[in-house]
Amino acid sequence: MSLQESEVRKVAGLANLILSDEEVASFGEDLNAIVTYIEQLQEVDVSGVLPVVGVSGIETCSRTDEPQPALPREQILAMAPQANEQAFLVPKAVNR
Amino acid sequence: MSSIRDIQEALAAGRSCCEIATQALKRAQADTTNAVVRIHQQLALEQAAVVDARRAAGEQRPLDGVPVLIKDNLCLQGVEVSAASRILAGWHPPYTATAVSRLIDAGAVVIGTANMDEFAFGSSNETSAHGPVANPHDPTRIPGGSSGGSAAGVASGIVPLALGSDTGGSIRQPAALCGCVGLKPSYGRISRYGLIAFGSSLDQIGPLSSSVADTALALQVMAGADANDATCSQRPSNECLASAADLAGLRIGWVPEHDRDCAPAVQQRLHELRQALAENGAELVEISLPHERFAVATYYIIATGEASSNLNRFDGVHYGQRAEGCSNLAELYRQSRSQGFGAEAKRRIMLGTYVLSAGYYDAYYKRAMQVRSLIIEDFQRAFASCDLLLGPTSPSVAFRRGEKSDPLSMYLSDVFTIAANLAGLPALSLPIGSDEQGLPIGAHLQAPQWQDGRLLSAAAAIEKVCQGW
Repeated sequence: MSLQESEVRKVAGLANLILSDEEVASFGEDLNAIVTYIEQLQEVDVSGVLPVVGVSGIETCSRTDEPQPALPREQILAMAPQANEQAFLVPKAVNR
Repeated sequence: MSSIRDIQEALAAGRSCCEIATQALKRAQADTTNAVVRIHQQLALEQAAVVDARRAAGEQRPLDGVPVLIKDNLCLQGVEVSAASRILAGWHPPYTATAVSRLIDAGAVVIGTANMDEFAFGSSNETSAHGPVANPHDPTRIPGGSSGGSAAGVASGIVPLALGSDTGGSIRQPAALCGCVGLKPSYGRISRYGLIAFGSSLDQIGPLSSSVADTALALQVMAGADANDATCSQRPSNECLASAADLAGLRIGWVPEHDRDCAPAVQQRLHELRQALAENGAELVEISLPHERFAVATYYIIATGEASSNLNRFDGVHYGQRAEGCSNLAELYRQSRSQGFGAEAKRRIMLGTYVLSAGYYDAYYKRAMQVRSLIIEDFQRAFASCDLLLGPTSPSVAFRRGEKSDPLSMYLSDVFTIAANLAGLPALSLPIGSDEQGLPIGAHLQAPQWQDGRLLSAAAAIEKVCQGW
């Protein structure tokens, strides 16, 4: 199993990362070494083994459906690189 | 190193929390290891004044006046928190992590923020946007990671207590390499609310300190249910107060293969420790964990898969840094992430994205979760014949900065600590002396899930045996 350059670029696209040609080469090399290493799991017999869904054994719990105080909007918007009084501001997403 | 008892004695001798905090702040300013990335002068003195006023009114609490460092991935309202990443530079969280607020409620004073690997991705503290941390025992060597600043801060005596987080060994390995005690509690023992997430099914917050007693006290203060973290257990946490266990009859399991993978000095110390424990009446039991050799591969699928998902939120919109001059939203996401994340973060996001991508999910992530089940079953079988497991925390002593340049060899330095995260077990690293160059060696203790109390009492007994090593 080895990742081709095109696949490294595709994964970077899925991860919303832009890689330089040097990064594609060096990450490609690293990822291939790591993927070759994790391939060893293919030799484990997992037939009939249930995948772990959680280690704490805690049942999903729900609280009573009552309104709780939430963080004030100003405080959340204050963390953003760009915002007005009501919303996060971003460049145009749809061109028409 | 200093201890919580030293602080209590200073208070009993009439010193104020403000004086104690001022001294700790001075030590942090004089630090040469780059363990402390932000000093919270004003906040610390305000917290100390509150504690002094409460004590003057006659109320004492268990961590009164204890100066602490918190890792840069733990939220504290009023100060910058950046997970040692450029992408979060300048971010001020709107709330405080439950673990941190419980420490403060118990009287602790947060004097600063500890350095770490970016987003806790690393075993050497070399991936930090704040620069690397030096090991206090040898500045040319790494302190371990990812909680390297927390470990170095305790080992160099800046604070008696620091908080770290542990996803695959990030508290225990730096504790071992710096010569302090580091605990990863059972998964679900301490709330993760306010911890910047890495691998959500693996992450736990825990203390680093100079003794098992201080570790137990810190755990006791932080543990217990939290309405803000549904994965945090409702179980009562009063078993966490450590009184030393009786070594006579204690069944201590060990895995002979572990020794073979260790440097000679580590092997030698562990051999001496087992002998000393046997002389004190403990029963040493040879254990086999047949699937443990798959733990690193399993971990790097699960941890990176979860990390790639958790780090999707950093996109230049809601918090942190935004790339300039982007003409559309997709470009804004890509440029902000590409400029903001360091190389190891990108590498792990890429690996995680790959193992979760369509067509590969079953072969990697699902299979890793099945092998995780087998690793958990191995531990359950092992703990039928022993009370706790003893082994090395790290295969070697602290290595030199820059020594492990390829990612895979770095990942393998967590080979002994990762399985406890996969299984949710409580695990602790205890100093057991040093090698001929004076570099610390740690023993790794693991107990069954929720047996944090058993782990700490056994550790307290073993700590006595190693006194003076």
